[in-house]
Amino acid sequence: MLNEGSTTALYAANHTDASLTQKEPYLVIKPTSGWQALQLGQIWRFKDLLVTLARRDVTLRYRQTALGVAWVVLQPLIAAGIFAFVFGVVAELPSGGTPYFVFSYAGLLGWNLFSTTMARASVSLTGNSQLISKVYFPRLILPLSGVFSTLLDFIVATVVMIVLMVFYQITPGMGLLLLPLWMSLITLLALGIGLTAAALAVSYRDVLHILPVMTQMILYASPVAYATVAVPEHLRPLYLLNPMANLIEAFRWSLLGTGQVSWKYMLGTIIVVGVVFIGGAFAFKRMERKFADVI
Amino acid sequence: MSSSELAVSVRDVSKTYYIAPEAGRHSTIAETLVHRLRHPFERARKDIFQALTNVSFDINRGEIVGIVGRNGAGKSTLLKILSQITEPTSGEIKLYGRVGSLLEVGTGFHPELTGRENVYLNGAILGMSRTEINRHFDAIVEFAEISKFLDTPVKRYSSGMYVRLAFAVAAHLEPEILIIDEVLAVGDASFQKKCLGKMGDVAKGGRTVLFVSHNMTAVNQLCTQAIMLANGQVVKNGETTQVVTEYLKTGSEAGGEHAWTDANLAPGNDKIRLHAVRVVSRDEVTPEVDIDREISIEVDFWNLLPDNKNLCVNIYLLDAIGTVILSTANTPKSNSLPDDWFEHAHPAGLYRAVCTLPANFLNEGQHHISIYVVSLGPVVVHASALQVVSFNVFDTGAMREAGGTQWDGVVRPRLPWRTRLLQSTDKDVATPATSLTKSG
Repeated sequence: MLNEGSTTALYAANHTDASLTQKEPYLVIKPTSGWQALQLGQIWRFKDLLVTLARRDVTLRYRQTALGVAWVVLQPLIAAGIFAFVFGVVAELPSGGTPYFVFSYAGLLGWNLFSTTMARASVSLTGNSQLISKVYFPRLILPLSGVFSTLLDFIVATVVMIVLMVFYQITPGMGLLLLPLWMSLITLLALGIGLTAAALAVSYRDVLHILPVMTQMILYASPVAYATVAVPEHLRPLYLLNPMANLIEAFRWSLLGTGQVSWKYMLGTIIVVGVVFIGGAFAFKRMERKFADVI
Repeated sequence: MSSSELAVSVRDVSKTYYIAPEAGRHSTIAETLVHRLRHPFERARKDIFQALTNVSFDINRGEIVGIVGRNGAGKSTLLKILSQITEPTSGEIKLYGRVGSLLEVGTGFHPELTGRENVYLNGAILGMSRTEINRHFDAIVEFAEISKFLDTPVKRYSSGMYVRLAFAVAAHLEPEILIIDEVLAVGDASFQKKCLGKMGDVAKGGRTVLFVSHNMTAVNQLCTQAIMLANGQVVKNGETTQVVTEYLKTGSEAGGEHAWTDANLAPGNDKIRLHAVRVVSRDEVTPEVDIDREISIEVDFWNLLPDNKNLCVNIYLLDAIGTVILSTANTPKSNSLPDDWFEHAHPAGLYRAVCTLPANFLNEGQHHISIYVVSLGPVVVHASALQVVSFNVFDTGAMREAGGTQWDGVVRPRLPWRTRLLQSTDKDVATPATSLTKSG
């Protein structure tokens, strides 16, 4: 059998016609321990639930607010305005020739993808405790559905980005082709941290208080409101150890052509993202079987 | 396809919960770390709660199986394990078919979403694909009788509509094995009937149903097999009426009286608390009643509010297998005496309502009493105690003919009989045919 210790080894064969081979159970339930396979096939079977939950999140978020979808756009616009004033006008930091407002909006676009994905994933279990204690489905569905609704926000905010670029007459270069790669890496990194936090938060709610503080720290440790060139040169090797520093810089480079991607550090970042994401997913899966008992 | 095809096989399933004692519980990482550093060699102190112990049983395809047991017997844990919500600590379960479980009506329903949106959401949560829901959508709406309000947020629904819609979605699940927890306790009587019918249909379609309930009438009506749990173990498994009889027997107080010494723990709310329920015959509290004696059922309750109006005490009398023999209340229309207090404001205090059952009325055997104290218009149930006291009716010989056996039937009243000779074909017989001429 593929995964010996698995709770729910699925013998999908023949279940449509129960009269065929009664000897083979459709499902065997037994105790498990330790690390488990991720069972991505299970998630595929529940793909409709994934989509429905994402749709629920989106519908609910915009139904009861007066300005609705506008908030998705207003939030980063206001933040970009503040950054442009504080860092561009007051501190007079360099932005590589791009208007500071567009510069910081582009940074925030990438940053919000990260912070929102992470925040939604981290509360996905504790916020759905009712479901977890009453229904079975692969628990990974919950944080994953958050990704879908975040991507929708991202698309809306990107439309505004396009409008800004047209307005300021900025033409992106060939780097734009790499944008999907940066997006994927940002999402996977956020998801990796979010999954670990979600699993820990089932037993320890203080994780949910630590995470926003940590998010703030990463925000200022990443080139969202300022450019990487503004960081003193001797600190840069240390600075670029932060995977988000590389990813935001690369994200903005793809959009606006400002700044530069350090490929050496980017390789390291890709490795870190891989480790964090895969580690997070397995940690989540490992703790999954305790959720219903503890939550 | 043979009827003895296996659908569910449960082998030696146990479930242990580790409950950290209050003093040793850490809910923050910091506390846990500090504790670990201070006591590096201490093994975690844990209280063990054994929810299930070596539970084994088999269920065949097409059976409707009732799982009965008192609160805390392990029913819910068993259902949670069967529906993969939690893992067993040991043992193994084999399921021969797709499982759908319904541990709650309307899981995941969101008040802000419309009826239509909730059908899709709830259906997906219960494991239906979008195409499956599309296929059943009209049937679901029709079953729930809410077509007019389909695009209204469910927060504006009445509780009845809400429950109907939620059950309608669940009723259209098409798993081979359906697991249901006490969901029939909701909704009005006619809708409950519809739900029971739907469950019967499910089983007729060759699917298997596991059904947890405290409603013994429903279990009796529906189930082909029943399993009784007590303290996490299977104590009886077999034919429904036998299991239900056992359940009712072990459940209620056998001493003829059930009293709640602590009013805070007694059934009730901030208006009414039950105090005692007892069976009285020949002026004494007794669990054994002669068939030819009157039986008084006394219900003592605290009225906690001054001026409580329209209070009404209901008694349900059940036989050994849970069939309701009768239900009665002290309302004027169902009372053969004028009641002193009904229709009057009740000052706060302790009350006793007494209902007297005639002699020579109940049949021999075990009987169980359920009590509800409600106020009328609108009906609010303040206190309820199900199968709280039981008593045995025995025949002293007063109604037993020479060498006679038990009489069949739920009740056994002594009824007026008269026999008359209508036409004699025997010339020699003069008596008792004379009575014919007299009365004729």
